[in-house]
Amino acid sequence: MNSGNGTNNNRSRRLAVNAAVALLALFLLIIPNFVSLAAREILVLIATFALLALGLNIVVGFAGLLDLGYIAFYATGAYTWGILSGAGPIRLPFTGTEFWGEWGFWIILLVVLGINMCIGVMLGSPTLRLRGDYLAIVTLGFGEIVRIVANNLDNVTGAALGISRIPHPKIPFIGYDFGLNPLPYYYLLLLLLALGITVIRRLDHSRIGRAWIAIREDEVAAGAMGVSTFKMKLLAFAIGATTAGVAGVVFASKSNFVSPASFDVFASFLVLCAVVLGGMGSIPGSLAGAVVIVGVPSFLQLRFPQLDEYRYWMFGIILVSMMIFRPQGLIPSKRREAELMLEGDPDIPSEATT
Amino acid sequence: MSDYLLEASKVTKVFGGLTAVREVDLTIRAGEIRGLIGPNGAGKTTFFNCITGVYKPDGGQVRLEGSRLNGLKPHRITKAGVARTFQQIRLFAEMTSLENVQVGMDAKHRAGAISAIFNLPRHRRENEEGSVEGLRFLRFVGIERYANEPSRNLSYGDQRRLEIARALGTRPKLLLLDEPAAGMNPREKEGLMDLIRKIRDSGVTVLLIEHDMKVVMGVCERVAVLDHGEKIAEGAPEELQRDPRVIEAYLGRGAAEDAAGA
Repeated sequence: MNSGNGTNNNRSRRLAVNAAVALLALFLLIIPNFVSLAAREILVLIATFALLALGLNIVVGFAGLLDLGYIAFYATGAYTWGILSGAGPIRLPFTGTEFWGEWGFWIILLVVLGINMCIGVMLGSPTLRLRGDYLAIVTLGFGEIVRIVANNLDNVTGAALGISRIPHPKIPFIGYDFGLNPLPYYYLLLLLLALGITVIRRLDHSRIGRAWIAIREDEVAAGAMGVSTFKMKLLAFAIGATTAGVAGVVFASKSNFVSPASFDVFASFLVLCAVVLGGMGSIPGSLAGAVVIVGVPSFLQLRFPQLDEYRYWMFGIILVSMMIFRPQGLIPSKRREAELMLEGDPDIPSEATT
Repeated sequence: MSDYLLEASKVTKVFGGLTAVREVDLTIRAGEIRGLIGPNGAGKTTFFNCITGVYKPDGGQVRLEGSRLNGLKPHRITKAGVARTFQQIRLFAEMTSLENVQVGMDAKHRAGAISAIFNLPRHRRENEEGSVEGLRFLRFVGIERYANEPSRNLSYGDQRRLEIARALGTRPKLLLLDEPAAGMNPREKEGLMDLIRKIRDSGVTVLLIEHDMKVVMGVCERVAVLDHGEKIAEGAPEELQRDPRVIEAYLGRGAAEDAAGA
């Protein structure tokens, strides 16, 4: 194949990908107008979950850090909005709508970025010095600690009763209140997803993305090539934490209620399942994973409520068969695809072997 | 103050009851190709690991152009100007050849997360430079045609070359090569020797661990010999071939006496 032909192929393929993305975006924008209210609620759930998976994919998929306590950052985001909005039991000068005004939700969305980044660094600094299994165990512990603290701090988090009557977001000037209607949340989440995907794609194609993959592939070699491994792992952890925090704020404002029960270790595992199922290190994979992990069971439940009892049982079957038949995930990242492919002739272009 | 590029003095590394490296001194001038040889288990790789920060030496000092290296983290030592390859190939298997070299080159880049997220000029310039210069390094070691090939698909010899290109990408003053000829056929070894000389001519000093005596004798001006963690001899390759201590280390006492008698 001559090179001119190759670039033509590349160009037409890029065009096809762009067209597909545009079509998908259009589909996502109009789909909620054609479905029932219950289905709209599920769409919000999927979108929230997709945001979580997007963040965890940086930690697990790119940097290769097995984080089993990821949901803790979702919790801190949700509780931050719950407490600062004044719905919690604690009253401070800076809690409550009087202080934040109608911009409250949007400001706190930004505040949570900062807070969660700090929490990410705080939890990451001691734990990220560990590797492999040890890291998994310690993050599992930290995740539980956050939940248990929330469960016991009566005066701040409302303990097991949680925080209720958390305000919904408002759009200032036009005075629009999100209320209980799922649609505005869905569009807000789509916006946040688009933003998150842009940021993460840019990082992936920078020296930071390269450093993450290098650490995942071989930490010693990465260090020897000048990669500041600890700093880069901390950065992955913190970016994952902020993404989860943003998802948490939206979740709290939508459901207007948070309690420790939402943040148990099962939730962490579900997000991890979405990332692994979708394809570790692949952004579209994480999103597809979220659709499968949350969307499919929820819609099934909508149609066949009696199936709910078998939910985790079916999960197990899906996961096991995925690991056997398609271990690289639904939409594998290009690099990972190469890794898991059987030893092939390097002269054969990758299209021919897939 | 120092005429030397690298000054290692009394470097010691102990593992439990075993002294893997004992008070080894080694000084290298800029522009040299220095050999480091010794039987298996003599402590050569451990010595490398002490210089590059993988291990913290239990005693002694390592200086590069007069400034201290020991105690620094590996990535800081790399940024200070010491790059290495590994005895067992440790490429980033999933990344393409070019990306492997780019990771090395990123050691000299400064663009951070903000710069990447907002696609700022510095990030763009460095990324651009990375791919252009990265290709140049691949061409330098002769594997430019595999630039977009995942490194795991490269042949053994080419993977060794890619490791060298990746290390050169960090723009080192001193390059440590840990048995680069291992597993190469005679023709590849010839090519490797040419490459090592080319690296030196490009202004990078080389410290070479190698078992293959033809390679060592072919490219090194001076060679240090380690045995049981101690430096037992140092000198020009021809002198060492006649040195009874070296012969004893490699072939045993009897052989050394035979050589002395002959």
